[in-house]
Amino acid sequence: MADTPRVLPSQVLRAVQGVDGEHSYTDDELAGLRAQILEERAKRRAEAATNKPTVVVDNLNIIYRVHGAGTGRGSATGALSRIISRRTSPTVREVHAVRGISFVARRGESIGLIGRNGSGKSTTLAAIAGLLPPEKGGGVYTDGQPSLLGINAALMPELTGERNVIVGCLAMGMSKSEANARYQSIVDFSRIEDTNPHAMSLPMKAYSSGMAARLRFAIAASRDQDVLMIDEALATGDAKFQAQSEERIRELRESAGTVFVVSHSMAAIRDTCDRSIWIEAGKIIMDGDVDEVADAYEAWSRQS
Amino acid sequence: MTESAVIVLEELPPPPIDPEYAELGGVPMAAKHGLKQSGKRPPLFEYAAQLWQRRHFITGYATAKNRAMYSDARLGQLWQLLTPILNVAVYFFVFGILFTQSKDVPDFLLFLVVGVFLFNFLQTSMINGARSISDQLVLIRALHFPRACLPISTAIIQLQQLAFSMVIVLAVALGTSQTPSFKWLLILPAVLLESVFCTGMAMIVARMGSVLTDTAQLLPFISRTWMYLCGVMYSLGSVTDKASIPHWGKLVLDYDPPALFITVVRNCLISKPHPSGYKTSAAYQTALQSIYQPHYAWPMLVFWAVVVGIGGFMYFWKAEEQYGRG
Repeated sequence: MADTPRVLPSQVLRAVQGVDGEHSYTDDELAGLRAQILEERAKRRAEAATNKPTVVVDNLNIIYRVHGAGTGRGSATGALSRIISRRTSPTVREVHAVRGISFVARRGESIGLIGRNGSGKSTTLAAIAGLLPPEKGGGVYTDGQPSLLGINAALMPELTGERNVIVGCLAMGMSKSEANARYQSIVDFSRIEDTNPHAMSLPMKAYSSGMAARLRFAIAASRDQDVLMIDEALATGDAKFQAQSEERIRELRESAGTVFVVSHSMAAIRDTCDRSIWIEAGKIIMDGDVDEVADAYEAWSRQS
Repeated sequence: MTESAVIVLEELPPPPIDPEYAELGGVPMAAKHGLKQSGKRPPLFEYAAQLWQRRHFITGYATAKNRAMYSDARLGQLWQLLTPILNVAVYFFVFGILFTQSKDVPDFLLFLVVGVFLFNFLQTSMINGARSISDQLVLIRALHFPRACLPISTAIIQLQQLAFSMVIVLAVALGTSQTPSFKWLLILPAVLLESVFCTGMAMIVARMGSVLTDTAQLLPFISRTWMYLCGVMYSLGSVTDKASIPHWGKLVLDYDPPALFITVVRNCLISKPHPSGYKTSAAYQTALQSIYQPHYAWPMLVFWAVVVGIGGFMYFWKAEEQYGRG
């Protein structure tokens, strides 16, 4: 398997289902590949089940408080008096985005979060990253400090790509010499200079969203993280970069990290994840083997 | 539509529970494996240590931003010098020529540049500090670092700009026939204290600005009012003497931190005028009044720097876990 060109699980599955017309495998070969993929996955999941946990989500509830809903932004004097009296605005709407989610993630696991828009996937990731304080009675416990890669554009848009890499590395806690040593490998991984050899000296706001996403992913993935969370960040990259970053995700998983992926592309989830959690209206609907959960989600999406 | 498998969410079996979690419960399980509550703010001293560990990030970020600031302009880095010069030119025209303040004050140009530059340091630290968190949400969400790095580096950016401005101040001082003396060296501790003060202010407004975007809109007006109350471009002494100002008003003006910083630096540079240069003794008194430095000025500066510096840091640290929220 290692010396042959890697066949992605989603491609095999499509071929088995007869969705993809073009392929050069016989039915027997396909069945063999599929069996092999399932077997490897089952083995990895069985191994991971006894590993040390990296994330414990314990009865997580997240409530967004939307200020000033209905009355616009409020007047300046009103705002000032709110600053002074520390009173919350009278028109606060509460949105209960995540309702009592609990799960455990362990080393070597890669977990795909799926669900419709607004189901609470990104909110869950933000809470794991420690960006949203959970409500009382529950909490998120992590090993080390998880990084969250979102879909938004550049890290520091007004700075050059070069500076973004160095300053980004320093922000992650590397020393100056370490940041300089990592620089070239980050640039190479991002393949920014393939299309434009001077791209690194341009301010990052001049990058296309795909280029910016690639560089950002390269920076954040440069350090071996314990927990890496990717929120649709791969969707903007081109096909080659997607394949490359999916490879990097598998590497991180093999080096005993934990990877979370939020994506609406079931193929990307099937290719990078062993386990999947389906979230709907802030609650876990299913949690288990990626194919099982993704099949159910796809069937459910088609029927409604 | 296939009728074979209609999925009803409510009828699905409940998701499997991790056996260890089911046995121990969340908190004991986390404790057993040494997991920490995500995003929980570290104790104050640990936070300060983390901040020290990221000092290269703070300075690297400040320097990179400073370089990028004028990268769109044709004249580029020349604006580092041109901006303060043009600022002074405007104030000199309005207050020196139109309002003839210059006759009440010895060496008005030097008086003005010191006031404008030192106040500008505070003003821009606050205005940019208020946006330092809300403008960098992407960075905050993607990478983990003590958030105080951001307001601190905005204050450092302004300090770097002040360094350029101080070159102009020294040029003006030499050009207006002030003789260099050892007293000039006192500018350094004064600027150092002001930097601590400005960093504290930047952290305070950064926390406000992170929850309330309106802060950034209000600050220019607040800081402009403050500037006019500090005697940046006129002699504060000529106002505080007027009987119409209530006693508390005088106290506020006397202990106002930026006014004190400005007065101290002015006194380092402007030598005491000679009575022979004035027609009447009243005119001489007005001139002396304009650069009058109260005896408590230095202790007060230390007090303000410590209180606002440490207070601002603690105020900012208290909301550390909330900055990613946006």
